[in-house]
Order: sequence, then C-alpha cells, then structure tokens
Amino acid sequence: MGCFDLQQNTLRDLNAALHRQGDLLRVGGKADTQWEVLNPRGSHAVAVGVDGPLQITVCGSVGYYCGGMNQSGEIRIEGSAGPGVGENMMSGSIRVTGDASQYAGATGRGGLLVIEGNASSRCGISSKGIDIVVRGNVGHMSAFMAQSGNLVVLGDAGDALGDSIYEARLFVRGQVKSLGADCIKKEMRDEHLRLLGDLLKAAEVTDVRPEEFTRYGSARELYHFDVDRADAY
Amino acid sequence: MSYTNPTTTPRKSSKFDDYTLSEIRRAAETGLYDIRGAGAKRKVPSLDDLLFLGASMSRYPLEGYREKCGTGVVLGDRFAKKPLELKIPITIAGMSFGSLSGNAKEALGRGATLTGTSTTTGDGGMTPEERGHSQLLVYQYLPSRYGMNPDDLRKADAIEIVVGQGAKPGGGGMLLGQKISSRVAEMRNLPEGIDQRSACRHPDWTGPDDLAIKIVELREITDWQKPIYIKVGGARPYYDTALAVKAGADVVVLDGMEGGTAATQEVFIEHVGQPTLACIRPAVDALQELGMHRKVQLVLSGGIRNGADVAKALALGADAVSIGSAALVAIGDNDPKWEAEYNAIGSTAGAYDDWHEGNDPAGISTQDPERAARLDPVAAGRRLANYLKVMTLEAQTIARACGKSHVHNLEPEDLVALSVEAAAMARVPLAGTDWIPGRSQA
Ligand SMILES: Cc1cc2nc3c(=O)[nH]c(=O)nc-3n(C[C@H](O)[C@H](O)[C@H](O)COP(=O)(O)O)c2cc1C
Repeated sequence: MGCFDLQQNTLRDLNAALHRQGDLLRVGGKADTQWEVLNPRGSHAVAVGVDGPLQITVCGSVGYYCGGMNQSGEIRIEGSAGPGVGENMMSGSIRVTGDASQYAGATGRGGLLVIEGNASSRCGISSKGIDIVVRGNVGHMSAFMAQSGNLVVLGDAGDALGDSIYEARLFVRGQVKSLGADCIKKEMRDEHLRLLGDLLKAAEVTDVRPEEFTRYGSARELYHFDVDRADAY
Repeated sequence: MSYTNPTTTPRKSSKFDDYTLSEIRRAAETGLYDIRGAGAKRKVPSLDDLLFLGASMSRYPLEGYREKCGTGVVLGDRFAKKPLELKIPITIAGMSFGSLSGNAKEALGRGATLTGTSTTTGDGGMTPEERGHSQLLVYQYLPSRYGMNPDDLRKADAIEIVVGQGAKPGGGGMLLGQKISSRVAEMRNLPEGIDQRSACRHPDWTGPDDLAIKIVELREITDWQKPIYIKVGGARPYYDTALAVKAGADVVVLDGMEGGTAATQEVFIEHVGQPTLACIRPAVDALQELGMHRKVQLVLSGGIRNGADVAKALALGADAVSIGSAALVAIGDNDPKWEAEYNAIGSTAGAYDDWHEGNDPAGISTQDPERAARLDPVAAGRRLANYLKVMTLEAQTIARACGKSHVHNLEPEDLVALSVEAAAMARVPLAGTDWIPGRSQA
C-alpha cells in the first residue's frame, strides 16, 4: 500500500506517483494499486488524471477537482469535497462520504460518483454519461444542459432542475423546487425501475426502493430553435 | 403654360442601405435573428491604418535574401516542460470539427506542419486525422467540453482554455441540426440532427481565482508538460491579459472583433467587442506592467491576412499571430470557381458566410460527404503552406527594411498611423506629425 502525506510531500509528487502506477500497469509492470492520502486539508486537484485501476482513499476533506478526469480509479474521499469533484470522470468510481460543493461530476462521461451527503448547485452540469447518486439534496441548476447519464437524488432538488436538458435521466425521491426550461416529469416504466435499481445497488444504497422516485427528463421541445418558444430561455 | 416638377435622381439612404433594408425584411418574414459565419464585415480602425517607416539615414536596413531575419518563436516556456517551438510566428486558430469537414481540418494540419507551426482543435474535440496530420496540435478546452477527454489532452502539444472569441465575446455557439452528422453527434454525445448549443461559460469554474485552480488541475493531469494558453475575446484586453497572467497562463491568445466564427448572430459579430487594433496595446501594457512581456507570450488574432498585418501586430508587441478565415480562403473557401453554386444558394464568391447551413460548395464548412470530398486535403494543405510562407516572407521583408534581424525586434517606433483613431489606438504618431492622441500635445 502506498501512503502519501500531503503535509510532507507535494501535490505534484502525489499525482506523478499515481500516474506512474497507471503507466506501470499498462506495460504489465508491478504497481502499487492501493493508496492512502493523508492530510489533504482542502488541497485542490488531489488524485487528478488517474488512469488505471487504483484504489485511493483520501483521509480528509479536499478542495477543487478531486478525482478530476478519473479513468478506472476507485477513489474514496473520507470527508467533504470542494467544487468539481470528479469533473469529466471517464470511468471508475468516486465516493464522497461528506458533502460536495458546486459542479460535482461536471461533464462526466462515465463511471459512478456517489455523494453520501448533500451536493450543492449545478450537480451533474453538462454531464455526458456519468452516473451520480446523491443521498442528500442537490442545489439549484443541477443537471443543467445534461446530455446523457443518470442523476439520482434521494433527497430534494433545488430550483431549475434539468434546465435545457438533453438525454440525461433524472430520478428524484424528494421534492423538486422547480423544473428548468424543457425539463418535465416523465413516466417511470419498468426499464427505468430496473435501471434505477441497478444504480442504487452500485451505489450501495439499500434502504430505499426505485418505486419511491419520480423520473424527469427532456421534453425535447428546444431541440430545434423555434422563435415561438424563445421565451422559454 | 404647364409646369412639370423636375425630378431629382432617386437617392438611397446611407442609413437604410440595401443590406439594412433586406435585413429588416428578412427579420419581418422569419422572426429569427440572422446567424452567419465569418467575422465583422463593417469597416473598423485596423492594422491597415498603420504604415511602417522603413529605413533612413539613422536606421540601416538589412540585405534582402542575404542577411538573416529570424522568424522563430517559442510559446509557453513560463511553466511548461515542453514549450512549442514554432518556425514562423503565425499559427492556425482553433476551428471545430463539426463546423469544418474532416478534410478541411486535415488540410489545416498538413499546411501548418509543412511550415513548422501549430494548428488548433476546436469545439467538438480532436479527430485522429487532425492529430495524425498535425505535428504541433493545440487542444482547445471549451465551455461545452464536447469531445473532451484526458487521453486527447495528453496527446496534445498545448492546451488552450477558451474564455472567449473575438467574434462573440460572451457568446456560446450553435451548430444547427443539418450539420450534426452521426460522427459529429457521437463526438459530442448528443442525438443526431438536433441543434447543438455550445455553452458560453465553463461548467466548473467562474472567474480568475477559480481559473487558477483549473489550470493547476490541467497541469497536474498532464504532469506540467504542456503549455497552457488562455484565449480571450477582445473585450477588456488589459484586465483579461493581467488576470490570465495571474491565473498562471503560459500564453494569452487575444482575438479581436474582426475574428471569424463558425456561426453566430450577425448582431453579435458586428456590435460586440473591440477591434483587434484597439486590443493590442492594452494587452501589452498589462504584460509589461507585470514584467511578463515576452515571458508570457501574446498571440493576436482577428482579421490577420498578410505579412504586413503580421509585422504590425508584432511591432505593437505581440509574439505571434493566429489565423482562421484567411487559412480557410487559402484552402479554397469562397473560391470564384464555385460561383454558379454560390449563386444557386443566394450568395456570391467572396460573400458566402452561411457556413452554419452546411452547404459549402468548396467542401470546407460542411459535413456533407459529397461536398467534403471536393476538398483534396493534400493539395489544400500545400496551398496553406504556400500562403503561410508568403506571409512570413512579407513580414521578413518589412522587418529587414526596418533593420531588424528578427521579426520580434520590430517596435512601435517603426510605425505611424494614417488616421487619428488608429494613432490613438496603436499609440503611434499620426503620419507627418509627432502627435499621439491622448499621449502628447498636438
Ligand atoms: C469556421 C470557424 C470555426 C471556428 N471555431 C472556433 C472554435 O471552435 N473555438 C474557438 O475558440 N474559436 C473558433 N473560431 C475562431 C478562431 O479560432 C479565431 O479566433 C478567428 O478565426 C480569428 O480571426 P480570423 O478568422 O479573422 O483569422 C472559429 C473560426 C472560424 C472561421
């Protein structure tokens, strides 16, 4: 197990070491695949650009962009995460045991982001395939312009959920303060219940059932510019 | 005795000219604003309003074809381990695959590579063809993040964070459904055939303090290898340049209002942003005040067409220039040989700018396979290389005439202005006087 204390070593050395493990695995070498990061104390860009099946536990809260662009890494943040946790994640998983700030999982393309606390505004903004499961609430403008992937919220959603959404699917168990432009409530069919069941399972959420959620998605009325709908913006 | 009232020659209004009248009618008929490609078409104070003085008793010229006049430029040596070393101070600007055909992107890469300079991706991501044919490829990091992924980021030679564009500072993009082929749709992760908006703000940072952290993230992901550029539109060049430097950029790309675009509202193109000429000195001021001139490089774009434009931009303090529209013309855009086809779609060679519609007869701003096949990327790349070489020779000709052994040695002192406006903006004297409006007494 590799252990890295950010009070004693630089961020540069940490990320370089993690990248090196990915490189080693790619050439069939022997790599340290288990890592522990101590004393992050709100550092930005912790464990970014991980490219390989590493298991990384960050012991404490982090600043911006933790796990950014993750590929295959399994990152566990024992604490809260600043803005942009898991931004543009490609694959793998990130779990935040505390809360997450703005833009969690922004533009993510794949993988699973689990937030055990609440997520702030713009959670899943512009998502492109990522799955996000939030145990608590999400703030305003979540899933803004979300293109694909799934956002599951066990608590409530703030204003303008799914504004200008494309093909992403939103599942909310609690209240939605308001829906954004072109986002509507949709029927929960069997396929959605199955999908949601799988997502909850992957996120290790066992105490709620898919039937308790409401599905939201795109009305697809803004897909082609129409002057008579210009007041929707 | 009958009296006939003599008629005068019918006179059209300069305010309500033919274009304005046609635009009012078009708006009344459709209820839509006009969207088009290319840059500002109105006349604004420009580099054309400046002249070089050349040599004289006190300034000795260099011998053409004999005495060396360097043109190389290094971009990004502030923090990056691998800065870009260009042979010429002219780069190819970011133009998206989607707005341009794959063949056009390939041609741009080929032309740039033949002349030892870089080309740039655009909204929509990096294509293998483009990477394969571009020795030096700058990867744009845009608000939409279409096609953005860490593998391509690592494959790039530099990263350009796009904050704005000269044609539309503060505007996003729009690719209309007819240009969304299955390949474009897949790269952007959106359904085929729908209008695709490109966001105008980045999804995960706001303001220069966040940007500094974003830059650290990108540097960490790419192990501090690659130069990071910040591209801004010509809105507040002094502050934008200063803030870009503070945020940790290696290079600032500054795009004035004449800069081309793939598709934006006409009103945006013509009425938002400052002319390229007006942007240079404030940006250079910011760099100089921070002690960063020539350390953080300034790349200027927006309406650059020939070696004289290049030389003037460098004389005013830029390190390099970037071209979009001119490169497209070099590879065949608006070529009169397609006149009949331009006429058929209600345009004429030299005026065609409905690039968003995807019907480009020259096969450049289209995703239609039949049209795109009209552009031979090898021949078009060769044409671009020829053109870039001519521009470089022209800039060298001027530099030698001013006695400079490197194009970067050109300076404001080599210039005068033809108009009061240009003198004020470029801060060089009005020709025939020693008057710099706003700086010295008349
Ligand atoms: C067809 C076309 C597509 C463009 N696409 C992009 C883009 O994706 N991203 C970007 O930052 N700028 C884009 N631009 C702007 C150019 O990067 C550049 O700023 C501009 O073309 C410079 O001005 P010029 O055309 O007068 O040389 C585009 C311009 C054109 C003409």
